Amino acid sequence: MNLLVCISKTPETTAKIAFTDGDSKFNEEGVQYIMNPYDEWYALVRAIELKEKHGGKVIAINVGPASNDIVIRKALAIGADEAIRVNGEAVSSMFVAKQIANYAKSNDIDIVFCGKETIDYNGSEVASIVAELMDLPFISYASKMMVEGSTATIERDIEGGVEVVKVDKPFVISAAKGLAEQRIPNMKGIMMAKRKPLTVVEPEAVDSKSTIGSYTVPQGKQEVKMIDPENMEELVRLLHEEAKVI
Amino acid sequence: MSVLIFAEAKKGEYKKNAQEAVYYGAKLASQVGTEAIVFTIGDGSNANELGSFGASKIWFNNNSASTDSQVVSALIAQAASKAEATHVILSNTALGKSIAGRIAVKMDASLVSGANALPEGSSVTKGVFSGKAVAKYNLSGDKHVISVMGNSLQPEATGAAGIPEEISLDAPASRVTVVESKTVDGVVPLPEAELVVSAGRGMKGPENWGIIEDLAKVLGATTACSRPVADTGWRPHHEHVGQTGVAIRPNLYIAAGISGAIQHLAGVNSSKTIVVINKDPEAPFFKAADYGVLGDLFDIVPKLTAALEKFKAQ
Repeated sequence: MNLLVCISKTPETTAKIAFTDGDSKFNEEGVQYIMNPYDEWYALVRAIELKEKHGGKVIAINVGPASNDIVIRKALAIGADEAIRVNGEAVSSMFVAKQIANYAKSNDIDIVFCGKETIDYNGSEVASIVAELMDLPFISYASKMMVEGSTATIERDIEGGVEVVKVDKPFVISAAKGLAEQRIPNMKGIMMAKRKPLTVVEPEAVDSKSTIGSYTVPQGKQEVKMIDPENMEELVRLLHEEAKVI
Repeated sequence: MSVLIFAEAKKGEYKKNAQEAVYYGAKLASQVGTEAIVFTIGDGSNANELGSFGASKIWFNNNSASTDSQVVSALIAQAASKAEATHVILSNTALGKSIAGRIAVKMDASLVSGANALPEGSSVTKGVFSGKAVAKYNLSGDKHVISVMGNSLQPEATGAAGIPEEISLDAPASRVTVVESKTVDGVVPLPEAELVVSAGRGMKGPENWGIIEDLAKVLGATTACSRPVADTGWRPHHEHVGQTGVAIRPNLYIAAGISGAIQHLAGVNSSKTIVVINKDPEAPFFKAADYGVLGDLFDIVPKLTAALEKFKAQ
């Protein structure tokens, strides 16, 4: 089985979110970057588990500049067999998805894995665009997945519960919590990652029709108003008269 | 020219997210000087009410009951073509997220998922960095797909109900088989809940959740929980709000016994009003709260429930 895992580089969860150049660019100063947690903990690890059980190979793909290599090497250290970096700025989900679909189409991929969303742009867009560009079924928000022969049985999160579906390979899946357990790369993995192939390819030009022009940071909350625990009538009054939410 | 709104039916009914999408689409249509057409999949029953949120036409098609993204997106794209739509509007639900990108590809359109306000000219805003910032997206081209984040607008039913008409479309065969669907009925799903009561490890065990359910009941709120609570199985997984769970933006979020780790805040910090009940004065959640109550939740939550009962009885 050829398993393609789309990985994205995102600011670390606790990073300070600030902007520069007239609020048009994310301020990278002092920001630590990580592999997007949904890509790393769930999509990548489940792909590696399937390879370990059924054979095949896991290919990690990233769209971004050379500074992303550190995150790609981590994917190799965790257990991906090889990696592709498409050398372009990820300016839109359409741009990223086109590059991934181009690679997947010409490399006989059985399953394309993505995280359910990135923790920076929260779009959930790339996987569904890849699926459409490849004319493949797309199973989103997968929290469990078993593969038997050519068929996968997948449990996915929907509003207020779960849905169990069956689908034949090839398909695209987006990974949510539960699909796998995080793996920490060990020293052997880190050493081996240095020798695994990381191929850099040039992107195809894409007409990105939605791009970010500027950012705003919402005003911070007012100082919290502490309420006497013996006077819940006062809290109810404030929720009704001041906050107007009940 | 038109704005086409996809209204998602859940078991033949239209929840608030569908009403909100229709209202958003109708406002947008009047902004750009065109008509708002609702499209829904099913037999069209109950769809007449959607007219009151500002749609001039309601179309339905009943060729397929599938919720497969390939089938649903194909039907919507055909309806959009029939409507000569410049915009397709949908809800940012589980289904919406699985089809928005597909529709944008089919229509060669711009795409913004999770918009939090109406477009202004050729730009539209949405929350990014898990609610810590808002990004303004510039849209180019002549077709646009926008999914609307729940609780972004308050839908108002001011117009008259419409008469649904059936349109003929070709539904492709689905390659996905639904084996079973396990959902909780009779509860407002978290992403569209206006009032949410949530609790964490401070509850000490699942057997103590009665006081949270009582508070939720008197408010008409949906219950939620923090990650450790879902991980230990005290509460079902679908109740988990936070970075790895569901992201919500209710009008009121009451958190009892949740310290407020940054990963939890990432899923709830877009809530309009946050009330935090905690016995630890150092709990980081107090910094993100509008109202705080310092003390034992087992004492405070029942008192709050009683105060709300008194308020509701007035």
